[in-house]
Amino acid sequence: MAKELLKGNIAMAEAAIRAGLEGYFGYPITPQTELLEWMAERMPALGRAFLQAESEVAAINMLYGAACTGARVMTSSSSPGISLMMEGISYIAGTEVPVVIIDVVRGGPGLGNIAPSQGDYDQIVHGGGHGDYHPIVLAPASVQEAIDLVVLAFDLAEKYRTIVFVMADGNIGQMMEPAELPPMRPIKSEYPDWAVRGAMGRERRILSSIYIDPKDEEVTNYRLMQVWNQIQANEVRYREYFLDDAEYVVIGFGTAGRIALSAARMARAEGIKVGLLRPITLSPFPAPQIESLVSRVKGILVVEMNAGQMLNDVQKVVKGRVPVEFYGRMGGMVPFPDEILAEMRRMSQEVIPLDGDPRQRWMKRFAPVIHWNN
Amino acid sequence: MQTEILIAGFGGQGVLFAGQILAYAAMDAGREVTWIPSYGPEMRGGTANCTVIISDEEIGSPLVLNPTAVIALNLPSLEKYEPMVKVGGVLIVNASLVNRPPQRADIESVFIPLNEIAERLGNRRLLNMVAVGALLAKLPVLSLDQIKQALEEHLPERHKKFMEANLLALQEGADFALKEGKIKVQ
Amino acid sequence: METTLAAQIVYQRPQSLTEAAMHYCPGCTHGIAHRLIAEVMDEMSIRERAIGVAPVGCSVFAYNYFDCDFVEAAHGRAPAMATGIKRLLPDRVVFTYQGDGDLASIGMGEIVHAAGRGENISVFFINNAIYGMTSGQMAPTTLPGQKTTSSPRGRDVETMGYPLRMAELLSNLDGAGYVVRRSLHDPKNIRMAKKAIRLAFETQLRGLGFSMVELLSTCSTNWGLSPLESLKWLEEHMIPYYPIGDFKVAEALKEIKV
Repeated sequence: MAKELLKGNIAMAEAAIRAGLEGYFGYPITPQTELLEWMAERMPALGRAFLQAESEVAAINMLYGAACTGARVMTSSSSPGISLMMEGISYIAGTEVPVVIIDVVRGGPGLGNIAPSQGDYDQIVHGGGHGDYHPIVLAPASVQEAIDLVVLAFDLAEKYRTIVFVMADGNIGQMMEPAELPPMRPIKSEYPDWAVRGAMGRERRILSSIYIDPKDEEVTNYRLMQVWNQIQANEVRYREYFLDDAEYVVIGFGTAGRIALSAARMARAEGIKVGLLRPITLSPFPAPQIESLVSRVKGILVVEMNAGQMLNDVQKVVKGRVPVEFYGRMGGMVPFPDEILAEMRRMSQEVIPLDGDPRQRWMKRFAPVIHWNN
Repeated sequence: MQTEILIAGFGGQGVLFAGQILAYAAMDAGREVTWIPSYGPEMRGGTANCTVIISDEEIGSPLVLNPTAVIALNLPSLEKYEPMVKVGGVLIVNASLVNRPPQRADIESVFIPLNEIAERLGNRRLLNMVAVGALLAKLPVLSLDQIKQALEEHLPERHKKFMEANLLALQEGADFALKEGKIKVQ
Repeated sequence: METTLAAQIVYQRPQSLTEAAMHYCPGCTHGIAHRLIAEVMDEMSIRERAIGVAPVGCSVFAYNYFDCDFVEAAHGRAPAMATGIKRLLPDRVVFTYQGDGDLASIGMGEIVHAAGRGENISVFFINNAIYGMTSGQMAPTTLPGQKTTSSPRGRDVETMGYPLRMAELLSNLDGAGYVVRRSLHDPKNIRMAKKAIRLAFETQLRGLGFSMVELLSTCSTNWGLSPLESLKWLEEHMIPYYPIGDFKVAEALKEIKV
């Protein structure tokens, strides 16, 4: 198929439809509303289920019910809406039914704003809902990658009976880029042996997240962790740029990752050997890849559009063996490549301590830059 | 090689579509391209802007601090973005709505009465195409033919009746920019 | 002359109920409600295409007792979950079974919108004026003056507000096809309740929109009364506040004789 100029939100919606989506449930929230609108137009025309729910709470629970039928189903929202969905997300995790959730992240906390942000890393990657569960989290950095990851999300969700998030941000949702959509896949004709679709000529099936005896709940938790181990072993995805001879490496995902790519090129043009590691799966986290960098590089710069949520995961791998610095913009502010370049220059010139807290150092450097009165 | 174009103006001046047509033309030419709008409450009647990046390699940041070129369709956009244009870059200004001279000597500025030209062509809404024509005359990242091709390919069916007018607008913009040449900074 | 009489079955477990022993307290009317629903499922031959949605509350384990496919919802969200199932599988018979805390308190948004959308699901709403599972706190349907563990001096409407009449409330919505209130306190009312359950499923099968049967029920344990006293209390205190009646019956249903 030829490339088309596609807006991220619409590309993700259409990719889901072509991946065989049977049901979509959502609630309008900027900056992902075009996704819902696309579904409203397309899904009924294809004879598939679309419903604008009365709230994100209802949407996630409609999704939960729909997922119990074994069909390919999804919802999409943006940060405050995802917060509201956390109850259902935990139930879905506990019931082990596959769903895809697209989060087009915006500035927070609270009502925040509608500008691009990566402030949902912790609430998605490290839970948000109660209990021990680990969703797969995919972070696209371009419209094409968003399309590819939405399709992958359905396959992974079904393979592992798990929740898969596609964590985009307002930039990915709103930008247009040439991209190729996948061919239309048929709706599946066979449903898994756990699906609740009416006990026609078979034993009844029950789908529930309740295990009233803690012994059973412990077994379930153990099984969830076994699945998670498999996911960690098999599903780490990332993209490397200029790492072969890199003396410094930037780690950034999604929009921050591609901004860092511009910065890395600028740094290289100045003779600073900078490479980029862009995690595509935030969960499972590309820890082995970061581990392999520790002995090779002089320093690591973590760049995020939040106050260092992924930074914690990077530090957990690095364990103080190589200097780590952090640069973040928060609350819907998006860094320019020049800001990241300045950090790279500084790292290549200064001695960065191995100990101490990169976030504290960043806050000190950052204080004079921030728009206090405006 | 990467070229960044920022287009800014009031909502309703065709800012977003001007950017999109550049993006379509770049895509059809086999280039890498990213179009990104400013979005949010300011969309409603306020200012609008979009950035188009055209490149021969994978595009990194969709936004840049110092774009190669800026099209400023009104005064607030000029005030905000004239200082940001990359040294040696291009600035296209809607002289119909701006009553001050350019302030930078290290870039090429074209002050062009977009509203008047568009009205003379019969439709004020053509002003964005006049601006694109002027831009490409000074910044040959794409040819006018490529834009014309893109309009034919991607102009929504209901707008196809404006095809001729759009092509004329592009040409008028380009002719004006070439004729007027560089404006002297006061 | 015949010496043996041919055995005739006059009473047996409905096929739509499993053989599991119910966990409900002695004297609780949940068992009656379950049985009535199961009998109707048998009579309508819908067991194999029925999908139930269990709530959070005393009937959280309802899925253990119905011999049909079942899912277990988060507290109050059964109508949303049922919506998801019904939209994916429109030809299945989807029902929720919810208590008063689940439906009228935490799940108020979901039930109102399911009704407003005319969602083709059937809802069986057990109103016993108290929180059973958490052992006796005030419910949105607790009567004025009624003592519970969280209204120890009786529900003071000045500070705790008034009970909610859900059947009346939902019957005002255009999407509602069948909304009635019945009681489980004596055989006559139980028979009426069964007919209503039948009509609720008929509503769904005919695509006439949202259907709900509110069933006035007892909670001997948390009311602190014997089972018999509870039935009497229901009749004397609940029915005056929650009148039995048909609040919304779609025209097309009126011709159906059950």
